[in-house]
Amino acid sequence: MRFLARVEVRLRPGIADPEGATIERALPAMGFDGVASVSAGRAFRVEIDASDLSAAQSIAASLADRLLANPVIEESIIEVAPL
Amino acid sequence: MAGTIGVVVFPGTNCEHDAVSAVETLGGSARLVFHTETSLDDLDGIILPGGFAHGDYLRPGAIARFSPIMGAVSAFAAAGGPVVGICNGFQVLCEAHLLPGALQKNRGLSFLCQPATLVVASTGSILTSGATVGQRLEIPINHFSGSYTCDVETLRILEDEDRIVLRYATNPNGSIADIAGIANGPGNVVGLMPHPERAVSELLGSSDGAVLLRSLLDAASVAA
Repeated sequence: MRFLARVEVRLRPGIADPEGATIERALPAMGFDGVASVSAGRAFRVEIDASDLSAAQSIAASLADRLLANPVIEESIIEVAPL
Repeated sequence: MAGTIGVVVFPGTNCEHDAVSAVETLGGSARLVFHTETSLDDLDGIILPGGFAHGDYLRPGAIARFSPIMGAVSAFAAAGGPVVGICNGFQVLCEAHLLPGALQKNRGLSFLCQPATLVVASTGSILTSGATVGQRLEIPINHFSGSYTCDVETLRILEDEDRIVLRYATNPNGSIADIAGIANGPGNVVGLMPHPERAVSELLGSSDGAVLLRSLLDAASVAA
């Protein structure tokens, strides 16, 4: 079966986020009032062939931890669903 | 006997010839090592030079750490061989877990290419053994992701074990504790963001990098 893993990588709490802060400062100048905070991260879509959902989840968790995120400063949120 | 320094070249590395030239200027010998090689047996010291290994895709160093040569670099480091990562090479060493922590985008998101004043904080590493604590060195920086970061516990260990080897006199990038360079526990693996290989001749504006690279050459001579 083929699954789609959506992996969101974001900075751990407490790690400085100069990209998010820069975007956040730009928004009021564009007329967006009411934006309380912005944090920057990145998202990946990974298609995985696996026998079942839990196998696909396990592969996604492993590749997120070993490559997509740097656990020293980042954490990942993973959603896996059948395609 | 003087040792030979291996300068590792990944796709996208661009400071390898500067590194070889600097080593030769100081009387040492060096050869380029391509990232697909798997042996460092003929070498006595290693430099991971600056650039954009594998395009810096994903994160600087994230792909390079899986290059075939990195297994040999890890074994070389574990055996006590001198290893120095400069700029992108520092990022590779952190991604490969040969050094703790990580390099983040600079505070202010500026690409910095300018002289920096460094202060030698420890002489207990193969890169700073010939310097003196408190010595000020003018060495250029050239980076976008040079803000060193680590957790509080790691910072405490680095400070307690005297492994912060170089600090910025004036912090240019938001690096935690003004860190410009750190070492591993035994002091044989060092990473730094500034470029000592670009500061070995007064013609280039400074020769203050020479004391650092001479220390590396001395360590490589002992290893040879």
